[in-house]
Amino acid sequence: MNTVARSERWSGYALLTVIAIAVVIPFLSVFLASLQPAGTPVVGLTWPERWSWDNYGTAWSVAGFSDLIRHSLVIAVGVVPACLVLATSAGYALGTMRLPGSNAVAAFFIAGLTIPVELIVVPLYFDLRSLGLTNSYLGVILVEIALFMPFGVFWMRTHFRSTPVSLVEAARIDGASSATVLVRILLPLARPSLTTLGLLVFMWSWNQFLLVLVLIQDTTKHTAPAGLGFFVGQNSTDIPTLAAGTIIVMLPILILFVVFQRSFIAGLLQGATKG
Amino acid sequence: MASRPPVRGGQRGRSPWHGYVYVLPAFAVYFAFAVLPALHTAYLSLFEWDGVTLGDWVGLGNYAEILRDPVLRRSVFNALVLVVFFSFVPIVLGLLSTGLLARHRRPGMGAYRFLFMLPQVVPLVAVGVTWRWLYGDDGVVNQAFGAVGLDGVTRAWLGDFGVALIAVGLVGTWVLSGLCMMLFLSGVQKVDPSLYEAARIDGAGPVREFVSVTLPHLRGELAVAMTVTTVAALASFDIVYVTTNGGPGEQTTVPGLLVYRLAFSEGKVGLASALAVVLGCLILGIVYLINRLSRPES
Repeated sequence: MNTVARSERWSGYALLTVIAIAVVIPFLSVFLASLQPAGTPVVGLTWPERWSWDNYGTAWSVAGFSDLIRHSLVIAVGVVPACLVLATSAGYALGTMRLPGSNAVAAFFIAGLTIPVELIVVPLYFDLRSLGLTNSYLGVILVEIALFMPFGVFWMRTHFRSTPVSLVEAARIDGASSATVLVRILLPLARPSLTTLGLLVFMWSWNQFLLVLVLIQDTTKHTAPAGLGFFVGQNSTDIPTLAAGTIIVMLPILILFVVFQRSFIAGLLQGATKG
Repeated sequence: MASRPPVRGGQRGRSPWHGYVYVLPAFAVYFAFAVLPALHTAYLSLFEWDGVTLGDWVGLGNYAEILRDPVLRRSVFNALVLVVFFSFVPIVLGLLSTGLLARHRRPGMGAYRFLFMLPQVVPLVAVGVTWRWLYGDDGVVNQAFGAVGLDGVTRAWLGDFGVALIAVGLVGTWVLSGLCMMLFLSGVQKVDPSLYEAARIDGAGPVREFVSVTLPHLRGELAVAMTVTTVAALASFDIVYVTTNGGPGEQTTVPGLLVYRLAFSEGKVGLASALAVVLGCLILGIVYLINRLSRPES
């Protein structure tokens, strides 16, 4: 390799490394702050003299993060399976069957990818309130399913379009019904796509903020991000507890990211590229 | 249709519309809880309504108000400034590193990929809380300036009229740079290495090579990166709400924040809806434009 190429490559890696460090420092800063003794002022990046895990206990029980985490899980458990079932079913029909007007229907779903929460949240509050669905997890769950449906349908449709047609046709000639084809033949093959979709939907549901802020005004029913956003307004001086709370809110998604790194990254990159 | 293999059993005689049974549940939820509310927002934007009493029809009056009111105009302007930091800077950083690394084997990318995607997966609220502390009086940013002897520039960044918006924008840069980088680096993997060999043999320098080989192959990825980051900037709410809540003054107010504030604290539901419609149209228009321009002419 000549010198120009070598210096090019080194400067490329140098740039990546600088950015990687810039990504890590905020995480490290919060983590170190969460280990400082409670109630003390904390300055920037400081190695704790004594590792104090007490802040996590305080954040968990006193500051109420255990409830917040539970509420977030309730919503995610409602959203993820429903999204997977509805998106698989719609993606199957739109991806493998010859339906009149199916391209228009698919385009109608995909157009929904551009809907920001801001565009729907105002009437949703008034409409759901009249149905008794504000301050209720069911209301949030239904809206989140609707918000994630464009991506879900698009993702599963793309998946089913890439499965060989011969597989479906052969089964149909053997007399299998369309439901049997989906459940017996296509679903087992769809596991990687479903895993990725499930992880992305869980992440979006977990991270959702504005929607929860509006639909759940009762702060004792808040989810993890909404609770954190509320907590920072109330206790912005107690940095160690706040930092511990921040780590607690990030932790579930971080664990999933570490375990399912490949699925996550594939979903985030391909999901964007195919859209 | 006539060439289809004959299908036995329960399928005979089924109308071609039968398959829509599978689409219906997804469509119903999507329509009821996303499409209808969006249309309802457009309807509400034509009224002056406090959310309690009966509303008054004002036609396009709320839209005229958006053009007139300096705070509302300011929020749209701020959102466009954020596009520079959420979209332009990350894309330039991504292209720069991709240009430098495009023709080389890239060992060790796994670790970088993990780190670069990390800000993508954590809640933006947690990101905001983190940066609020980093930008504070005792935060890392001031510590870093102090360490290199620039004590004069240290300040509470998010409370400073001059730099608050830039400070918020740089949080977006932090979140989205890694994504752009990974998009471009994975896109460039599809480029046939012999193209780079050919370019070098023809005497192309690194810049020429980037412009004529790398960039044209990244057309799709570039469109995606622009779409995702621009939408993130225009529809930003979480980061701004947690870091500055629009302040100081209205320096960092964005449309999302005003939609929330107008509708739920100030009782101006119609005006909030009109701003939401403007925001939605702005996003739709820009997404359409990006995808229109990026489509290869054939």
